[in-house]
Amino acid sequence: MALTIDQPIEHKQQSLPARLFASQTFWVVIAVILACLFLSFATDAFATSKNLYNITRNITFVAIIALGMTFVIITGGIDLSVGSVLCLSSMILAVTMHAGYSIEVGILASIATALAIGAFNGILIAYLGFPPFVVTLGMLSIARSLAMVASNNTVVFQFGPDHAKLLALGGGAWVFGIANPVLYMILLALITGFVLRWTKFGRHIFAIGGNEHAATLTGVPVRQIKVAVYMISALSAGIAGIIQTGWLGAVTTNLGTGMELQVIAATVIGGANLAGGVGTAFGAIVGAALIEVIRNSLGLLGINAFWQGVFIGGAILLAVLFDRIRNFRRSD
Amino acid sequence: MAVLELTNISKHFGAIQAVNDVSLSIEPGQVVGLMGDNGAGKSTLVKMIAGNFRPSHGTMHMDGKELILHKPADARQHGIEIVHQDLALCNNLTAAANVYLGRELRRGVGPFRILDYATMYRRAGQLFAELKSETRPRDLVKQMSGGQRQAVAIARTMLSQAKIVLMDEPTAAISVRQVAEVLNLIRHLRDQGISVVLISHRMPDVFTVADRVIVMRRGRKVADKTIASSSPEEVTGLITGAIEQV
Repeated sequence: MALTIDQPIEHKQQSLPARLFASQTFWVVIAVILACLFLSFATDAFATSKNLYNITRNITFVAIIALGMTFVIITGGIDLSVGSVLCLSSMILAVTMHAGYSIEVGILASIATALAIGAFNGILIAYLGFPPFVVTLGMLSIARSLAMVASNNTVVFQFGPDHAKLLALGGGAWVFGIANPVLYMILLALITGFVLRWTKFGRHIFAIGGNEHAATLTGVPVRQIKVAVYMISALSAGIAGIIQTGWLGAVTTNLGTGMELQVIAATVIGGANLAGGVGTAFGAIVGAALIEVIRNSLGLLGINAFWQGVFIGGAILLAVLFDRIRNFRRSD
Repeated sequence: MAVLELTNISKHFGAIQAVNDVSLSIEPGQVVGLMGDNGAGKSTLVKMIAGNFRPSHGTMHMDGKELILHKPADARQHGIEIVHQDLALCNNLTAAANVYLGRELRRGVGPFRILDYATMYRRAGQLFAELKSETRPRDLVKQMSGGQRQAVAIARTMLSQAKIVLMDEPTAAISVRQVAEVLNLIRHLRDQGISVVLISHRMPDVFTVADRVIVMRRGRKVADKTIASSSPEEVTGLITGAIEQV
C-alpha cells in the first residue's frame, strides 16, 4: 500500500530535459548564448570588457521593471504606466535633492511616490473594477505630466549636497568591477524568484492569474493581492528610476518614454503569458537580455539603427510562436 | 442526532419568494439528493447553508447548536464544505496546490515562513489514495480528466474535518465513465461519516448513490423520502408538478 501511495506522490510530470525543452525561457537563453557566441567571432568589439559592461548595465533598467511587471502579468493584468512612473520617481528624487535634502530623503520621497501611484492603480483596478489597461494608460499620461509639473519641464543635473553619493550609487562598480545596477538587478531577481516560488503570496498570484473566480471562492484575498502587485510594479519602476538617475547624472521629462513596451516585450519573450498564470523572474531577465543583445549587435554589425524595431518585434513574435507550437503539439 | 437541521427556512428577494418555509434534517453519513427544476429554490437553499445568503426567516442548527453564517468562511469553519459547479480549480497549478488553495501549509519561524511543498504533496497524495483516485499531486490540473478534476475539488473538502459536503451538479458536464468515478468519490465521503448533499438534475445519479431524496418546487419542499420508497417516475412527477405533494 505504501508503494502505491508513494509512487504517484513522487511522480513528476516530465523528466528534467523534457521540461527544459518545453520551456520558452530555455530557448531564449539558447538564443542569447548563440547570439553572443556569433557576435564574439563576427566582431572584434563585442567581447571586450567595456562592451560587456555596457550591455549588462543597459539590460538592468528594463530587467528590474520587468521583474515587477512579471507579478502584474502573472495575475493577468498589465501596467502601462511604468515608463512614466520611472520618470516621475527620478524627477521627485532629483527635485528633492536639488532643493538641498539628503539622498536618503530623496530616495524615500521617490519610493513613496511610486508606491502611492501603484496603490492608486491597484485600488481602481481591484476595488472599482476598472480594466487594468485603461487605468494604467491614464496613469501613463498623468505621471509624466506630474513629472513636468514637478520640474517645470527643465533638465535637473545638480543634486545638492549628496550629488556625488547619488552618482556613485548608480554609476559605480563596487564589487569585482560589475556595474552597480547589475548587482541591484541580481538581488531583486533573487527576491522575486523566491517570492514567486516559496511564499503564499506568490502562490496566490498564480492562482489569480489561473482562475480569479476560483481564487475568490477558496478564500484568497484577491483584491488586496491585486493592489499589492500594482504597487510592486510601480516600486520596481521607482527603483529603476533612482538607479538610472544616478547613472545618467541628469533627469529630463522624457526619461523612460516608451519603456513600458520594452518591459512588456522582455516579460513576454521571457515566457510570461499575457493571459495570466505563467511567468518567472529568470524569464524576465533573459527576455531583457535578448532585447539588449539584439540592439547591441545591430550597432556592432553596422546595420542601420532604423531596423532595430523590426528585429525586436520579430523576437516577440517568434517567442510567442514557439509557445503556440508547443500548445498545438500538446493538444494533439 | 441530525448533523444539520433547518427549521422553517424562508428566503425572499424583494417580492420574490425563492425559498418558502422549508424544514429538513440531514443525518451523519447520509447522501441526500436535492432535486428540482430550474428556479425551484434549491440553489438558494444551498447558498444559505453555504453562508452566501442569510435566511429571511427560520433557523439552522448544527449538532444541536444554532448556526448563524455571515459569510462563506464561517460555513467552512463549521465544517460545511462546497464543491462548486465549475469546481473552482486553477488550471495552471498542480493538483496539490489546488487542494491547498487558500489554506497553504507553511514551515519556518515567525515571519520567515515558506511553502511546505513536501507535506502538501504527501497529504494531497494521501487524500487521493483515500478517494481511490488515480490523481497525482504533482500533475497540473489542465492535463486532467473530468473525473480527476472532481477528485481534486472533493479532496479539498477533506482537508479540514468536514461534516457536510454540498455538491452542486457534480456530474453535469462529464463523460459517462467519469460519472461513475464521481459517484464512487461520493460513496467514499459517506463511508467516512461525512454527509453529502447532492444537487443534481440527473435522476440515475441520485437513485444510484443517495439514501434520501428531497424534491423542491416553487420554493417549497414537496417530497422528502427514502430512495427505497420512491421511484424516478414519482420524482419526475414531483419536479414537474404532475404530482402535487407526497
